[in-house]
Amino acid sequence: MSNEAVLHSHDVHSHDDHHGHHHHESFISKYVFSQDHKMIAKQFLITGMVWAILGGLMSVLFRFQLGYPDAEFTWMKDLLGKWVNDKGQITAESYYSLVTIHGTVLVFFVLTAGLSGTFANLLIPLQVGARDMASPFLNMLSYWFFLAASLVMLSSLFVETGPFSGGWTAYPPLSALASAQPGSGTGMDLWLIAMALFVVSSLLGGLNYIATILNMRTKGMSMTRMPLTIWALFFTAILGVLSFPVLLSGFILLIFDRNYGTSFYLSDIFITANNVGALPNEGGNAILYQHLFWFLGHPEVYIIILPAMGMVSEVLSVNSRKPIFGYMAMVGSLFAITILAFLVWAHHMFVTGLNPFLGAFFVLLTLLIAVPSAIKVFNWLTTIWRGSIRFTPAMLFAIGFVSLFISGGLTGIWLGNSALDIHLHDTYFVVAHFHIVMGVAGIFGMFCGIYHWYPKMYGRYLNNTLGYIHFWVTLAGAYLIFWPMHYSGLAGMPRRYYDYAQWESFKQFGDLNKFITIVAMIVFAVQLLFLFNFFYSIWKGRKVRSQNPWGATTLEWTTPINPGHGNWPGEIPEVHRWAYDYGKDGQEFIPQTTPVGSNETNHH
Amino acid sequence: MFFVIAVIVLIFVVIFQIAKASEYVSILKGEEVSRRQNNRINGFLMIAFLVLGLIGVWYCNELYYDKTLLPYRSAIVEGELVDQMLWWTLIITGVVFILTQILLFWFAFKYQESDNRKAVFFPHNTKLEIIWTVIPAIFLTVLVVIGLRNWFKFTGDAPDNALRIEVTGKQFSWMFRYPGKDGEFGKKYFRLIDPAGGNQLGQIWRDTTIQVKNSRGGSREMTFKADTSNYNDIFSPQIMYVPKGKPVKLIINAMDVVHNVGLPHFRLKMDAVPGTPTTLWFTPQATTAEMRERTGNPNFNYEIACDQMCGNGHYTMKGTVVVVEENEFKIWLAMQKPAYYTAFPDLDPTKKTVNDTTAKPAAGQTVALKP
Ligand code: HEM
Ligand SMILES: [Cu+2]
Ligand SMILES: [Cu+2]
Repeated sequence: MSNEAVLHSHDVHSHDDHHGHHHHESFISKYVFSQDHKMIAKQFLITGMVWAILGGLMSVLFRFQLGYPDAEFTWMKDLLGKWVNDKGQITAESYYSLVTIHGTVLVFFVLTAGLSGTFANLLIPLQVGARDMASPFLNMLSYWFFLAASLVMLSSLFVETGPFSGGWTAYPPLSALASAQPGSGTGMDLWLIAMALFVVSSLLGGLNYIATILNMRTKGMSMTRMPLTIWALFFTAILGVLSFPVLLSGFILLIFDRNYGTSFYLSDIFITANNVGALPNEGGNAILYQHLFWFLGHPEVYIIILPAMGMVSEVLSVNSRKPIFGYMAMVGSLFAITILAFLVWAHHMFVTGLNPFLGAFFVLLTLLIAVPSAIKVFNWLTTIWRGSIRFTPAMLFAIGFVSLFISGGLTGIWLGNSALDIHLHDTYFVVAHFHIVMGVAGIFGMFCGIYHWYPKMYGRYLNNTLGYIHFWVTLAGAYLIFWPMHYSGLAGMPRRYYDYAQWESFKQFGDLNKFITIVAMIVFAVQLLFLFNFFYSIWKGRKVRSQNPWGATTLEWTTPINPGHGNWPGEIPEVHRWAYDYGKDGQEFIPQTTPVGSNETNHH
Repeated sequence: MFFVIAVIVLIFVVIFQIAKASEYVSILKGEEVSRRQNNRINGFLMIAFLVLGLIGVWYCNELYYDKTLLPYRSAIVEGELVDQMLWWTLIITGVVFILTQILLFWFAFKYQESDNRKAVFFPHNTKLEIIWTVIPAIFLTVLVVIGLRNWFKFTGDAPDNALRIEVTGKQFSWMFRYPGKDGEFGKKYFRLIDPAGGNQLGQIWRDTTIQVKNSRGGSREMTFKADTSNYNDIFSPQIMYVPKGKPVKLIINAMDVVHNVGLPHFRLKMDAVPGTPTTLWFTPQATTAEMRERTGNPNFNYEIACDQMCGNGHYTMKGTVVVVEENEFKIWLAMQKPAYYTAFPDLDPTKKTVNDTTAKPAAGQTVALKP
């Protein structure tokens, strides 16, 4: 028997499932201008994955520079042209461009669009019991704005003066003045256009998610019966809708300063380079931008992490065969995080000369966030406690997420304390903190979601063995890369440095940088393995044969294996209970659609 | 290069074949059996990861602890508070880190699917939840209280006897100004900056009238009156001399974009923002010479690292603080010629004597400390 035959010998009728209900669709309306939330989710996911690979590749390139500042990779010259100098080293200018674009696309395009764009689209209608989003058309536009943003950002890589290179936070005056850095010329114009398009995409998506969750829940799906994924995506959308406009306003003022001679952010500037001299601007305040930026910037980190938290909660519960512990506390802490996320932004600005008294409030509120975070962690631990754990790849990534969230969250307590941040700000300690808690944890949440819902997306499974290899190498690699960075941070080693050779205080970490670079390359290679698994399995993966492969209670598993546009061929099912009846009254699990039995115990 | 790529591709192919084969085997064995097998392997790996991870944490500390600043006392009095705070925070978060990671991986291992045990239905428990809300809140309150006490000390007013130094960051270097004998900084204005004419900071040295263009193409006239307290202000590029044991207050400016005065050995940093001056104060307690001895590194210097992305040369933006004994500092200061007289030697009342000594200052120690 051939491999293929073994893999598929059991599928009896899954092929025909999706022909039941819907009309004919052309290639264009099905795959390109699709208004089906499931297809839009895939579009977000795949675009996000392309960016993840590009962004990851950029990090490998600039890690080359950090790990091997003296090496002469002449072959890179052939590959990258003017980004590399004649000795075969990345130039400082392109180093900064790579770092900047890496940060921007990973935060916004991968972990915002790729993560909540994908899973909000996929899961909201399926898990609340709706045929599609409130407005499928706006939903489609949301993707197309994202794609436009992507293309503009991509084009900025090819302009003469290089892409923007002033850091993903884009602080003016540096970002406002092409005379201060070549990357702040055309590259920055494109960066701003791309980001503005991206904000529009986020707003269209977010409003749609909120409207769908509030209005389109199926019969019986009260808010407190929703799976935690939906709660998380709901709060995420609220965060985005309320904070992205503030970012946009910050960008607009920046555009004015750049192009129309205003002085919102500019004052008292004298540029030495090229004899530019004194600029006409007076009366502006560079710190204003930072307030506007971080008013989004901080919520943004929760925009990234909340969807991951939601999916992790769901996956931990399903694969522990046990209800999530403290459902209401989980919702409550999501809510608390959402509120507090708006009240802590200035903890990124403790050393800007911020009024110290104001700073004190931000310390208090920042450390307050640790409380709901702690509740979540302890609740996750209790969820797996005395469970009956199945280590699917999704479950592994969920456990990895919790580990990383603990590690990175705890260093937040260091940085949130202004009396420590005054030492650690903008050092590698911060790099370690946010990569662990947001970067890697966010990516783990994304992988957790992909492995878990892949059968729903493509009707096939990902290869398990590759999934296990992917997980263990990535987890170990992530810690090997970022854990030691706490130490260079404790030596005060500043972030965003192209080379440390001339610094007596920091050059002792040369070997460490080499080690980190090697691990980073291995981890990157393993992501390619995942990528291969992903695309290979779309066409060749083992087929899903049961409607509910993980034995989960939620509604998405009541749809056909390959649901068409509209999700359920017949009536939308009615919901009779919350999403977490696992192991109740001796039953393995009770789907949400099962009516409450007459002699069933009531745990509330 | 191509060889490397070929090897990588080969490894990929092998991994893929193994993965394919194991999927094939698991289907033949049946879903149940292969799930159990995977559970056992991954359960074991969970414990292995926990143990190796904790060993790794210890080993990493062995390797890098000595390369951080932690083994050396802070070079300023106030910095001791940062270290203290750091240790308290490390103890609290460290304990939580170890406990929760152990629980996580241990539970994962212990409660893997098994025939002898069923998952318990345990949806909530108010008492537990209150406990782990209140306990973290208590510890965090302690950290906040210590932290804010220190914070208000760092950011509070400098003592009245503090030596004031003006720091200016520009792409990609640092400039320092001392107020001179009168103890006053003369006024300055950014449009008067004239590096070629020796006026790096735009000090108002003379009665001047300039034409100022506005962004709409028009222009207006601005008139300045010479500020005589500028005449004795001392200018020092790249190097900041400060005396040990005396409070120093920095008044921080930037000329072009945002920079940051990063002082790792002092455990402090503060942004330099164009148009909006900031301040920072500290009391040095170890001279550069003492620190060289303590670290055993003859090249040691208190480096000022720019900690805010400021352009393509950000990583080269280095300044140096030289901490010396107070008497040495006085000698150094006395030898400096005000920037005004460097720019206009003809006006210098002490012209003759200075001309004789500009060749090389005499004080040996101070010179020895020059980086
Ligand atoms: C316990 C909760 C947390 C606390 C108390 C906390 C605190 C902080 C503080 C104070 C900073 C500023 C450090 C500095 O620049 O000096 C910071 C930076 C950062 N944090 Fe957190 N954090 C927490 C959780 C998170 C989470 C959940 C994420 C993301 C999902 C995150 C992502 C980031 C990022 C991206 C930065 C760096 C931004 C930059 O300057 O480029 N943090 N965090
Ligand atoms: Cu923040
Ligand atoms: Cu800088």
